[in-house]
Amino acid sequence: MHRHRSVLALVLVVALGFATGPAFAADPGVTATEIKLGNTNPYSGPASAYGTIGKSIGAYFKKINEEGGINGRKINFVTLDDAYSPPKAVEMVRKLVEDDKVLLLFQTLGTPSNSAIWKYMNDEQVPQLFVATGATKWGDPKGHPWTMGWQPTYQAEGHIYAQYVLKNVPDAKIGILYQNDDYGKDYLKGFKDGLGPAAKAVVLEQSYEVTDPTVDSQIVNLKNSGANVFFNVTTPKFAAQAIKKAADIGWKPIHLLNNVSASVGAVLKPAGLDASKGLITVQYLKDPTDPQWKNDQGYKDWLVFMDKYYPDGNKTDSFNVYGYSVAQTMVQVLKQAGNDLSRANVMKQAASLKDFVIPMALPGVKINTSPTDFYPIEQEQLAKFDGERWVLFGEIFDASKK
Amino acid sequence: MSREHQRSLWGWGLGALLVVALLLPFPLSGFRLFQFTQVCVYAMVLLGLNLLTGYNGQISLGHGAFYAMGAYTAAIMIDRWGVGYGWTIPAAGLVCFVVGFLFGIPALRLEGLHLALATFALALAVPQILKYFDSWTGGSQGIVLSKPRAPLGLPLSRDQWLYYVALSVLIVLFVLTWNLLRTRPGRAIVAIRDNPIAAQAMGIDTALYKSLTFGVSACYTGIAGAVGGLAVAFVAPDSFNVFLSITFLVGIVIGGLASVPGAIFGALFIQFVPNYAQEISKAAPWAIYGIFLIAFMYVMPDGVAGFLGRAGRRLVGRSGPVHSPSVTPKGGQHAQA
Repeated sequence: MHRHRSVLALVLVVALGFATGPAFAADPGVTATEIKLGNTNPYSGPASAYGTIGKSIGAYFKKINEEGGINGRKINFVTLDDAYSPPKAVEMVRKLVEDDKVLLLFQTLGTPSNSAIWKYMNDEQVPQLFVATGATKWGDPKGHPWTMGWQPTYQAEGHIYAQYVLKNVPDAKIGILYQNDDYGKDYLKGFKDGLGPAAKAVVLEQSYEVTDPTVDSQIVNLKNSGANVFFNVTTPKFAAQAIKKAADIGWKPIHLLNNVSASVGAVLKPAGLDASKGLITVQYLKDPTDPQWKNDQGYKDWLVFMDKYYPDGNKTDSFNVYGYSVAQTMVQVLKQAGNDLSRANVMKQAASLKDFVIPMALPGVKINTSPTDFYPIEQEQLAKFDGERWVLFGEIFDASKK
Repeated sequence: MSREHQRSLWGWGLGALLVVALLLPFPLSGFRLFQFTQVCVYAMVLLGLNLLTGYNGQISLGHGAFYAMGAYTAAIMIDRWGVGYGWTIPAAGLVCFVVGFLFGIPALRLEGLHLALATFALALAVPQILKYFDSWTGGSQGIVLSKPRAPLGLPLSRDQWLYYVALSVLIVLFVLTWNLLRTRPGRAIVAIRDNPIAAQAMGIDTALYKSLTFGVSACYTGIAGAVGGLAVAFVAPDSFNVFLSITFLVGIVIGGLASVPGAIFGALFIQFVPNYAQEISKAAPWAIYGIFLIAFMYVMPDGVAGFLGRAGRRLVGRSGPVHSPSVTPKGGQHAQA
């Protein structure tokens, strides 16, 4: 026992005796010929379907490099697998920042993983740019000036539905079905904030847990409440159930379906295309399966890119449109930064994008940011399902103009 | 003499390892040190799991659940109640001991693969349960923690301090395990594995010992969870999926079943081999990992600890029957895993 005690004492002595502090060189990751960007993506694990986003981003940077890079510098895109596990993401991100010494992190994916590194990135003052999640909390320039989202937030989308209801349904009685978690509540908050005083038109809110087998009883309750507007905040499986059940019991409200479940193949087909007719959702990127973009220059360029740089990639997968578009945004920020590739300046440039147009965004969608506005995409357009595909209608809604 | 010899060899080996471990924070960067903190955390889990599986013969596919429980106990205590982090580590161990002991009672009726399935169900359920009680657990967003600073103005960075905390806890658990296995209850635990009927005939309360072993094993895992949660400074349900539990099982088999030092080798394996696999091939890291796994099993069927033990014996010129270098209880016949 004595030996063990002295071992413990030794631990303490050594701990007391030494001191080293972390030393960081200013703004690593940039040389005369290279800009090093770090990324983590779930290439394995439960969310590995998102892995194609990382691959399409890498492919786009390859294209940029072959065309000469940015101000003569090639992009070195270091992307690691985090398996959608927050502790793994912490480990990989620390490796990228401390070992690989990247200039910044770009497009780390998933709300849990980004939450796990949020504090670290802001403590270390390393940009955490254009994170791949729709949670609203990423736009917090005061509290977290080194983190920025990209896609429209769930709250922003909720706003748009609210504006639609206010304009088009004067005698609205609103029923809401939402998933009882942060994602569902984010949508709910945006929707109610958007309604403002009209929020009293909400006659019934029903929630469900991801573990529930069905949402049938909730749909029956919503019908019985007399609601004529149905805000459907559900993930794909439940969205299909809700659409089907509403049709089965003959409930025909104005049906607002969140973009999360707007997939024709995964949701509307299983629910029944007839039952889905008249659904309303919002979109911000061009759907690669939509025939109306067949002759669109942005779409044609994207096809050429896919063929040349990412031939294995699925050309009907909208994640590949997403990766391509977000990579273009990153390139724009680096171009704007010019030769001052300090972390502070990159962040400053990310927060001064003015009417930047990404070719695969819907016409009229422009990226705007400012030192107080860390929400790059805030415009979306409503679309109605015609029984075959989503048809865009109305003007572009802008969530930044309340 | 040979037994003494063998033990002193392990003693020297562990002593050298300890010196390396103590000096590690100085040449390494924060990130590398964080990885070794993780190794310490995994080693704690593997010690506990090995007690259950290696020494007591009960299979658990659900230790990720206890790990999650430990991490959340610590996180909730710090985040909601403002308790000092130092208290949360024993508290997490206590909570997991109670839950593990209670889970052990019904689990007694299940043997072998059936127990594996029951614990597997636990591993599946826990992430969802964590999301359900979101007012406590923060739901799927999890809880963000601050890394503790070194106390008393010690001139250590947070990573260095956390590493020493993890290492100290690991050493304590190590010593406890080593001693436990040399006591009467320790011999009873192994006897139950080797021959439950004979153990019972000798007057060992098998039911009680099995439940207690489950509890102690869960306690170790809970302590590890608490330290792990502090090191990552974030807990979320997605951190504790089923794969984590499987990883632990891989760790004890690779390290060496029924081997106390094996926990360290197992922990090194599960921490570093997936990363090396990714460096070798980005396209198919898990295939590479699988190859590593098979190679290890082929070359070292009784784990790294068993392999080193055999190599050591050969070195001192002792030939004899090959058996695991673990603590072989007096008079107990050692079952080869």
